[in-house]
Amino acid sequence: MSSLRDRGGPAQPLLSVAGLRKYFPLRGPLGNTNAHVQAVDGISFNVMKGETLGVVGESGCGKSTTARLLMHLIKPDAGDIVLDGDPIGHGGITPRELRRDVQMVFQDSYASLNPRHTASAEIAFGLKVHGMKSGQAKEHAHAALRLVGLDPNLFGDRYPHEMSGGQRQRVNVARGIALNPRLLILDESVSALDKSVQAQVLNLLADLKERLNLTYVFISHDLNVVRHVADRVLVMYLGKIFEIGPAGDIYANAAHPYTKALLASRLSMDPAHRVTAAPLTGDPPNPVRPPSGCRFRTRCALAETICATREPPLNDIAVAHQVACHAVTPGSGHSQAGGIANAA
Amino acid sequence: MPPEPLVEVDNLSVRFVNRDIDIQVVTDVSFQVDTGEVLCLLGESGSGKTVTMRALLRLLPPHARIGGRIRLAGHDIAAMTERALEAVRGPVAAMIFQEPMTALDPVFTIGTQIAETIVAHEHVSWREARKRALDLLEMVQIPSAARRLDAFPHELSGGLRQRAMIALALSCRPALLLADEPTTALDATVQIQILLLLRSLQQELGMATIFVTHDIGVACEVADRIAVMYAGRFVETGPVAAIIQRPAHPYTAGLLHSTVQVDSRGARLASITGYPPDLTLMPPGCGFAPRCQYRQSDCDAAMPDLTAVAPGRMARCPRPLLAVAG
Repeated sequence: MSSLRDRGGPAQPLLSVAGLRKYFPLRGPLGNTNAHVQAVDGISFNVMKGETLGVVGESGCGKSTTARLLMHLIKPDAGDIVLDGDPIGHGGITPRELRRDVQMVFQDSYASLNPRHTASAEIAFGLKVHGMKSGQAKEHAHAALRLVGLDPNLFGDRYPHEMSGGQRQRVNVARGIALNPRLLILDESVSALDKSVQAQVLNLLADLKERLNLTYVFISHDLNVVRHVADRVLVMYLGKIFEIGPAGDIYANAAHPYTKALLASRLSMDPAHRVTAAPLTGDPPNPVRPPSGCRFRTRCALAETICATREPPLNDIAVAHQVACHAVTPGSGHSQAGGIANAA
Repeated sequence: MPPEPLVEVDNLSVRFVNRDIDIQVVTDVSFQVDTGEVLCLLGESGSGKTVTMRALLRLLPPHARIGGRIRLAGHDIAAMTERALEAVRGPVAAMIFQEPMTALDPVFTIGTQIAETIVAHEHVSWREARKRALDLLEMVQIPSAARRLDAFPHELSGGLRQRAMIALALSCRPALLLADEPTTALDATVQIQILLLLRSLQQELGMATIFVTHDIGVACEVADRIAVMYAGRFVETGPVAAIIQRPAHPYTAGLLHSTVQVDSRGARLASITGYPPDLTLMPPGCGFAPRCQYRQSDCDAAMPDLTAVAPGRMARCPRPLLAVAG
């Protein structure tokens, strides 16, 4: 069935994003807008068919805003989203048609379920919205529950408060896959779960991906989890893409100083070899007034004059591996340009 | 005669009782912490780790019933009046929390809050207390500390707020620091900064620390010993390195295997089946038995005891994964 839907062939990205931008206005005491949070600032990337694209970054980097923009839960200020050749708006498909093919699972399993819906009613609701008859929707909902490992006879009639966090997140996943989408956006979907349950849900997501021919955008702050699931990784900082590339490349040969620092901030998991020095000082700056030029320069050990005056573009440094950093871009004017990429 | 340990807890139990509920949340917990030692209470949500720590200072809601014996630096906590406890909270043991925004008062500056605490406990002049507050902010490595004394909590970033809360906790030079998931809400690059700060302060000041966390990675960075909790009980205790290397209790082993590590790419995670237990419906035997892959009939008959499995190590399992060392 998915092959019928595959219009552009395997080489065409399932989702293509160009120049996506979202600024949130900050209102002053009189309701006037005096500043903007630059949540997502002109990002472009592709999600290929069948892959898992990991998105990492710290709080305020724009990863969740990006997820919501992809679903058209919020309207972008600028930029285009193209789903397998069909643009959203501009005479292409509508946001509602987009959401049939793109579904999302959130972090908070409790807040994202209607407390007055039983598990099967919750799943059936979306199916009915998209035109399915009531009886058929219920049957579909039960099938979706079985797919996520919940017995519909046991869990179908339970309300959210009657389930554990792991069970509720399974219901959220079931709701996400019930419409038979092509792309599932997982926004910190396993982050709030206890480790023992997190492992179960990660295994479930791996099974479903294979079984239902899904593509994932997997957003997480946990670099080890992203390493576990992702084929490609996208690194964000203050609304910009800093680095994107194959997961193996990024984890073994990160080129951007921020990616390196992020990876070096991971805990050792070994009491005999503890982390001895923090790779970065301070917190990420305020996204209302991001630094000029490269937004990382205020925390970067390699920052030079060029970094404050010119924003580094996203450049290829290896096959399918792009980095936005003057220090690794030959000819940028940075004193280390050209050297660091090979040295790493 | 060896000196008395700084913290001595015997057979601690906590029940939450009111008209509708009667739940045993902590059962039969005993441990000691020596001066300068770091103990991590490791467990998942609902395992009783935070309640255990809060019981040490009786920071629990009124419907909590605390049983057992708690001694902090010679004080019998259970027998003390509220008034007497005030003298213990601060100079003997101070606490830091996960969310500094709720632990700091939003309407007073950082400097005022720290100085106020020092004045209340040590009866020094306001001027002297302000000076100590500045020293404390410098000690927790807050940049431009003099300026930050006059900042309100909302004017600081998450990492700085956490540092300010640590400064507040250290203001009365406590012998014991109680840390309740102090880095859980922080970003990775900030978390490691705060962990390193806590580690160096703890060594510098010779403080004992009890650190509550759900994250084995955090325990590996800071702990000397860990106590793994499940359903309100200790299921395994011992030195952190030994436990990480060879866990004795099946739950600890499961927790380690289900934690995504660096090199598990694409492989299936060995998860623990089932879900965390419902404390209102606990079976008579081992609380972990329903999820345990090594379960046998005797596991359901009675709660196993916490017994020695190696020098300095205990586990609550009749068949620990670690053979008893000769």
